[in-house]
Amino acid sequence: MKRRVVIVGGGAAGMATALGLESRGVEPVIVERDTEMGGKVRNWHKLFPTFTPASEILDPLRRSIAERNIECRTGVAVETVASDGVTLAGGERMAADAVVMATGFTLFDARRKQEYGYGIYDNVVTSADLEQMMNSGRVRLADGSMPRRIAILHCVGSRDEKVCQSHCSKVCCITGVKQAIELKKMFPEADVFNFYMDIRMFGPGYEELYREAQQSYNIHFVRGRISEASPMINGRIQIKAEDTLTGRPLKMSIDMLVLMVGMRANDDNGLLAASASLDVAPNGFMQSRDPFTGAVRSPREGIFYAGAVTAPKSLADTLAEAALAADAVVDYLNRTQR
Amino acid sequence: MRSIRFGYGISKPRAIDIDSNDLRKSNEILREMPELQTCIGCGSCTASCTAGNLTQFNFRRVHTLVRRGEYMGAYEEMNKCMLCGKCRLVCPRGINTRGLAMLIKRKLGDF
Amino acid sequence: MKRASWQEYQKDIADDKYYYARSCIRQNFFPGSERAFLDILRGDLGRDVMDDPIHTSCTGIGYHSDVVPLETIMTVVARQFALMGEAGYENFISSCITSFGIYTEILSTWEEFPETEERTREYLYKATGRELVKPRSLAHTSDIVFHFRDEIARKAKRKLVNVYTGRPLRVVEHIGCHYAKIFPKSGIGGSEFPYVLAGMIESWGGEVVDYPERRHCCGFGFRNYLVQANRGYSIANSQKKLESMSPYKPDFIVGNCPGCSMFLDRWQYAIAEMEGTTYGADGQGIPVLTYEEMAGLVLGYDPWELGMQMHQVDVEPLLDKMGVEYDPAAKYLGRDGRYIGKPERAAVNNGCQRAIYDIKL
Repeated sequence: MKRRVVIVGGGAAGMATALGLESRGVEPVIVERDTEMGGKVRNWHKLFPTFTPASEILDPLRRSIAERNIECRTGVAVETVASDGVTLAGGERMAADAVVMATGFTLFDARRKQEYGYGIYDNVVTSADLEQMMNSGRVRLADGSMPRRIAILHCVGSRDEKVCQSHCSKVCCITGVKQAIELKKMFPEADVFNFYMDIRMFGPGYEELYREAQQSYNIHFVRGRISEASPMINGRIQIKAEDTLTGRPLKMSIDMLVLMVGMRANDDNGLLAASASLDVAPNGFMQSRDPFTGAVRSPREGIFYAGAVTAPKSLADTLAEAALAADAVVDYLNRTQR
Repeated sequence: MRSIRFGYGISKPRAIDIDSNDLRKSNEILREMPELQTCIGCGSCTASCTAGNLTQFNFRRVHTLVRRGEYMGAYEEMNKCMLCGKCRLVCPRGINTRGLAMLIKRKLGDF
Repeated sequence: MKRASWQEYQKDIADDKYYYARSCIRQNFFPGSERAFLDILRGDLGRDVMDDPIHTSCTGIGYHSDVVPLETIMTVVARQFALMGEAGYENFISSCITSFGIYTEILSTWEEFPETEERTREYLYKATGRELVKPRSLAHTSDIVFHFRDEIARKAKRKLVNVYTGRPLRVVEHIGCHYAKIFPKSGIGGSEFPYVLAGMIESWGGEVVDYPERRHCCGFGFRNYLVQANRGYSIANSQKKLESMSPYKPDFIVGNCPGCSMFLDRWQYAIAEMEGTTYGADGQGIPVLTYEEMAGLVLGYDPWELGMQMHQVDVEPLLDKMGVEYDPAAKYLGRDGRYIGKPERAAVNNGCQRAIYDIKL
């Protein structure tokens, strides 16, 4: 009989892990809290650093899941996990030979950084909102006009102990560069300013894209964090920051403020961890067995991790980790052959 | 106005106000030398600067201020440059810093 | 003004039986305001407020200017609380924002570092023989007026409405830094979108103006304005705010901090004399009110009873807009009807043209 593995989460990590397991003769079952599969990538327009449409990655994943008849339970949350299965909300028990947690992350709620006026002032949007606007094919200011000056603020809800998010969300720097280029392509006459604390270009092609943004697109980079955004009488937004490289405060009016919202740990990580005696890292993400050879393993035999459940990750890293997780699960199932 | 001796004046704001700064010269400089935008603020130019080791001259700071439209004093500052070219040798982004010193002097002589 | 739900930042405000701690400077700056607070609370709202003649300054200005050590101010604060306990009250209210910040900070310090509370208890006992009693609730007096804003609105004789146009008066609210910037949870609405004054303005028919430098400090500082050589950047901060709010044509400014109200008013005089610049309508300054004065006008108090003749920027244009009846001739008559003297003409009150004419002569 086929061994059965429950995968918690139907985003990119969960789907890729399921496909990896299925091709090795294991029967995966995906449980997705949302009513639709695809996770956060579903709402993304294009991917850094290649500007690949997100659908080009997501659609083949979803198609393969359908073609291979992988069972997906959508619209139902998992309440407890164990190495021999999970309990769903409502009490239903799903037995399994192993469990993979691919529950991902939660987008930081920009309203918590009240000083930026997200949800209060027009034309203050998040990086996720901008992707949605690009998906809809229309990026405009609230009054329908085109922006002439745009500020992109990095590290909103990242590296910020004030909002209990001391970690780096890793992908926002390159997203800021990507979105700056996309905005500049849409509005060539506009000035685009990136406000950053550090620029962390860790991936292949990232530094090159950063350089291109500077040299070919004339995108401005100011090292300093915006301290507050306020409304102006003409409907624009005034921002203040320090230009730390000149050691002077700086202010300007802008038409649009894009907040690079970070990745934070899911609120239910603690409960899920408690149900299976797993560890939660100080930043709230799940703690892997070790960061080198045990990145996809939990401290408990039979429970595995894939993707951003353990830390902020790019889609590329998530997909690579999904393959790794499938390998680790098969390895475990072989060792525990009945 | 009456001449009251207050014993103090009203301090002028120190903030760089991008709205009131005239960015035309800065844009011209960037058009002629687009690679200047690739500066990552590493400070190698200032660290290696012959003049900067003996005077207050800070090449990185001056050209960053110029990019923000703060031209006052930039020409005089650039006069401290000895044109030795060490900064160009060390710049990790390959910016023609020596050329930039000349460009700033050419563009901003009357500010 | 658009804002996120201010209800996220709420605090328990006692409904009655307050122990009132006065400000050490307000009775000089806005001498009618504290009296008006007592009159409104006792007379209009029927509340019990203990106005204790033996409490002292909290020494906050000295503390922030580095002449009063932490141990001393903690002991002074402990004495105020002890007096409250002896008088049989447990709801401590402070008229001053600096004091409110100090009380909040010291209570929090005692909570975080209990050994400091023990030491303070000991100092207090040794120095005065009194026993520290911690308050059940702590609030600023603007919190109290905010708490009763709807009751005041029901008793209102006038609204914050321009009687000529029927439109709401446009009001700039300025919140003292130490109200919520140090402990956002201690202020109604938090630190970024405080609602304590905005709530009063909205309840009484006015319209709150949100302008770019709304959250900026008035520049008062402590050692900053105390030292003459430093006043240049103290005044520059007020100027920055005035320049930023001026295009919105506010009818008046209301503050909840003794220093802010004082400096936003008086610096307008200094700026006008130094540079000839004024920020209000018709070449005049923008009147600056305390929230007690605002509440008093709404409740129908006489502006000279409220002490509004002591403002640097003349309030008559505002009184006219609000439809307040007043006797212009009584402005400089004191409470006993005796002439109290009259200030010189000032540029900020349209003395400007006269002064320019003088220079030409």
